[in-house]
Amino acid sequence: MRRLIGFHLGTGVVFGVIGWYLGWFLGHQIHAESIEYFSDIDQNDVSIFLGYIIGVIGFLAGLGFLNYPLSRVAGRPAGLPADKGARRYFGMATDHKVVGIQYLWGIGLFFFIGGVNAMLIRTELLTPHSQVFPAGQYLTIVGTHGAMMMGIMSSAVLGPFANYFVPIMIGARRMAFPRLEALSFWLLMAAGGILTTTIFFGGFPTGWTGYAPLLDQANGGMDSYICFFALVGLSMCVLGLNLLATVMTMRAPGLTWFRLPIFVWGVVTTAALMVLASPVLIAVLGMGALDRTAQTTFFITSRGGSSYLYQNLFWIFGHPEVYILALPGFGIILELLPVFARKPLWGYKLAVAGMLGVTLLSWLVWQHHLFMSGINADSRPFYMFSTELISVPTGFTFLCGLMTLWRGRLRLTVPMLFCLAWFFNFLIGGLSGVFLADVPSNVTTHGSFFSMAHFHYTIMGGLVFAFFAAIYFWVPKMTGWAFNERLSKIHFWAMFIAFNSTFAPLFAIGFLGQSRRSVTYPSNLQFLNDWVSVSAFVLGISMLVFLYNLVYSVAFARVPAGSNPWGSRSIEWQLPSPVPPNDFDELPVFTGEPYGYGTNDPVWRPSAAPAPAGGST
Amino acid sequence: MNYGRRFLILWVVASVVLTPIVAIFVGPEIPPGNGSVQAAGQVLDNTVLVSVMTPVLLFVLLFVAFSLSHFRSSRSDTGDGPADRGNSRIQMVWAVVTTVTVLGLATFGSYQLIQDGAGGGQGPSAAFLPAGYASALNVQVIGQQWAFTYRYPSYGGVETPQLFLPANTLVRLNVTSLDVVHSFWAYQLGVKADANPGVNNVVYVQLKGPQSFDIRCAELCGLWHGYMFDTGHVVTPAAFKKWIAEQVAFYKPIEKYLPPYAPFYFPEPTHRAG
Amino acid sequence: MVYGRPVTNGWRLLAVAVGVVVVGALIGLYVSDYLVGNTPSYTPPVQQSGAGKSVNLTIETVAAVGPQLASNHPDWVSYLVREGSDWKRTTVWHVPADATVHVTLYNFDGASGLRNPFFARPSGIVGPMKVDGRPIDALDPNDASHTFAVPALGIVIPIAPVGDNAKNQCGYAPCSLSMAHRTITFTFRTGASGHYRWQCFVPCAAGYVFGNGGPMQTIGYMSGFLNVG
Repeated sequence: MRRLIGFHLGTGVVFGVIGWYLGWFLGHQIHAESIEYFSDIDQNDVSIFLGYIIGVIGFLAGLGFLNYPLSRVAGRPAGLPADKGARRYFGMATDHKVVGIQYLWGIGLFFFIGGVNAMLIRTELLTPHSQVFPAGQYLTIVGTHGAMMMGIMSSAVLGPFANYFVPIMIGARRMAFPRLEALSFWLLMAAGGILTTTIFFGGFPTGWTGYAPLLDQANGGMDSYICFFALVGLSMCVLGLNLLATVMTMRAPGLTWFRLPIFVWGVVTTAALMVLASPVLIAVLGMGALDRTAQTTFFITSRGGSSYLYQNLFWIFGHPEVYILALPGFGIILELLPVFARKPLWGYKLAVAGMLGVTLLSWLVWQHHLFMSGINADSRPFYMFSTELISVPTGFTFLCGLMTLWRGRLRLTVPMLFCLAWFFNFLIGGLSGVFLADVPSNVTTHGSFFSMAHFHYTIMGGLVFAFFAAIYFWVPKMTGWAFNERLSKIHFWAMFIAFNSTFAPLFAIGFLGQSRRSVTYPSNLQFLNDWVSVSAFVLGISMLVFLYNLVYSVAFARVPAGSNPWGSRSIEWQLPSPVPPNDFDELPVFTGEPYGYGTNDPVWRPSAAPAPAGGST
Repeated sequence: MNYGRRFLILWVVASVVLTPIVAIFVGPEIPPGNGSVQAAGQVLDNTVLVSVMTPVLLFVLLFVAFSLSHFRSSRSDTGDGPADRGNSRIQMVWAVVTTVTVLGLATFGSYQLIQDGAGGGQGPSAAFLPAGYASALNVQVIGQQWAFTYRYPSYGGVETPQLFLPANTLVRLNVTSLDVVHSFWAYQLGVKADANPGVNNVVYVQLKGPQSFDIRCAELCGLWHGYMFDTGHVVTPAAFKKWIAEQVAFYKPIEKYLPPYAPFYFPEPTHRAG
Repeated sequence: MVYGRPVTNGWRLLAVAVGVVVVGALIGLYVSDYLVGNTPSYTPPVQQSGAGKSVNLTIETVAAVGPQLASNHPDWVSYLVREGSDWKRTTVWHVPADATVHVTLYNFDGASGLRNPFFARPSGIVGPMKVDGRPIDALDPNDASHTFAVPALGIVIPIAPVGDNAKNQCGYAPCSLSMAHRTITFTFRTGASGHYRWQCFVPCAAGYVFGNGGPMQTIGYMSGFLNVG
């Protein structure tokens, strides 16, 4: 407590605020009175952008990210961040396990904020006409919910679980770039903080997709959205780069690509998409920022730009983005099923082929978001085919998962329950995607609550359920404490039932003609909307049950989880819980993939042990 | 005790029973209904889709239920299952069946689309033209923040706040915007076309008998997006002629101010209040 | 082997406190968003006569609303409504169903011009629209200063401008009637009850793309609700 001087979150916030005011001041010097255009409006986008940018730089400097580069420039040795105690969690940490836990908390915080926004949305939609919130504020709430969830949940699995477990699973003690790892986390936190300040500048009216030219027209709060998403893109790019470099170069001896845990394949394919798609997002948001500050007209048709430019660029990022959300879910489910079915992963190579197929095809389908936009009419059958085709590699994941269950010895632990729920939810989500991929069917369902139900089933029913499966599976390893079984099951059943009760009627509501992001709807749809709202409130309460479970299990009950409560053959479960600071006492040498249930195939041996006579390593 | 055969029989029987029920009773009830030829085509498409999806849905759900009921282990069971790592024949069959199904659905959807455009916006040069397209009635839909207005070029380019259309006519809707991106969604007619500024988005619809239809904006366009809705009317040709004559007479005072009819407009107000 | 320090009551207290703060903050966010969301409204007094219910609504449009009425957006254009002898910046008005509404509108703002000349034709009213006492059936679209339109009720009123060279123009609101202004009067009837939004269709939000940002997209300035019944 006496060492408040130093580089940590507190200093970061202080420097961030100073940076904000510096940027704000600079912006007022640049813009102003000399440029007649700006004197008409009373918001200064240049100030807001510069404030955010210099504020983030200040934030990162306060956390200590500039220490190493500046020390090297000055020719001095750089100080190392603290490596003991709770202080590590509040600053730049280079231990991948600490970053993993930081991510878990950070993502949890912003997930709950996004969730509160969802509760506000459903409160407004309880009645078709009365105004709980003014129409403009409703749009900001809708936009903040969508942007927060999409931005934060893109890193929901790779942030906490990949950072924590991928080095262990490949037999390394650290990631390839530990400082970049910490940077990706703090960039995400800065981004989330920026999005919560949008309300001070008037909010934004575009929803999470930020379509121009409305993006150009909006109030100052739009700048918060732009900065948020650009920082999220940067964070994802850095995170993906780090994971790819780590898996490519730091695998322990004997660990060939086809001996990797399938979770790592999910991480690698997601990381590749992150690295390639994020720059497009940053570019299109940069164009939007220029339109709003420097009076360029990238998206204004009457001045030589085009609204289609935004739509296409955004969705070239946007479609791989949703596979960034879905692929880690595939990885988690296929990783957990063998443990709880006590059987090897069925069709390992097919599962890998499925993930690679999804990754490749995700670049070829983006125009299915634009079927009704007036794009080249001839191109639509091509995108219909490519979109329908992407369900084939997704189907491989289903096949491998289902056949892993077949004739296994299924143990219905709480992680397993979430995996089974994933099958149900993602199936419905995927099948509704087939409807949306079909252009004639898309005519009615595009922009309606049907597409909302589709992506909530795939993203929330898919990724978020897989995320909770991963939490119940791996958090005992990270903290050393087991979750309370009864509370966990209550959480699961409440969440599963409330989730389906909330989103299944939305398919009907969409088909019955309610369009998205509308604060009002036809009166005959009120009953369905009320059903959905009440179910959503129950879903929110189930999250509080989870919070209670988490605090109770980790702070009060403190039942030791033991090093391998699930009887898994994967290497992280052969280490103590929580994992000690230097991970392995000795680095392993791998001899097989970790799914040899029902056999005695060894997975790995310590590097000091002699190789078995006559066999390959 | 061949689990595989038992499951397959269960699945086939369930599919054979449920798929016709879904195709006959559920499919035709799926919106948007029968208001236009395009809407009816969408219902047919949805019926085919939901019928093909029924066996798929049943397969996965029954598989999981079957596994849960037959392969669950008791609390005290600590053994492993059989070390089955894969079967290339099953993988091949699955890959082929799923690919063929999916390509078949896409082919059927493309066929429906090519027939008459399926009610979706096709951009300035529409490629999928229904029969008789050359003599379609042209109506322009202008989206602006935050209301739709309509122009009828064959009636002197009169601009009206309401959309009236004559029954049993092929209509070519030309959808454009004056400012941001909107989307014209005529629900019962099964028509949706985005309104982009500077672009003429063409959509064909073959109307049937007289009816009212809901018009909503389907692309977030700002504060009043949710209130950008209206009711359109399909009326008998005689009623339509009467209505349009009334509109032309009522809007005569501003006839000289309206810009000449064009596929899209870039209007710039002359003054700008300080 | 368990790795970690033994739990003392101090840590447990901290954990509970953190949990309570988190949940409390979330609930607080929910409640505060609800409270901030309320917009003030205005109900003109209702007169009953042989012809049914009627109300008189006096409103004005100003070029800059001023720091007194909108401290965070003093340069925005705005509608104001007269309540007693004060001008209030509220755009949510309650009128009875099946009633006649007589509107007197004072415009203190100059011309901006309509984006779509369609809105230069008054419609949806009983009798003609009168500008400074003279009935008008169409405005020159380039002269339109603002509009008052309730699309769901078919009401469109283009508002005539104060000339660019007029003397004694109003700067910041509230504006007095001795300053340059135009007087527009019109009457419309309400039918069934409902919430109807009204808005301006002139792109009068200077400096925003298409003139439709800022005050055009914020309730309390150039758009609001007509709550009937």
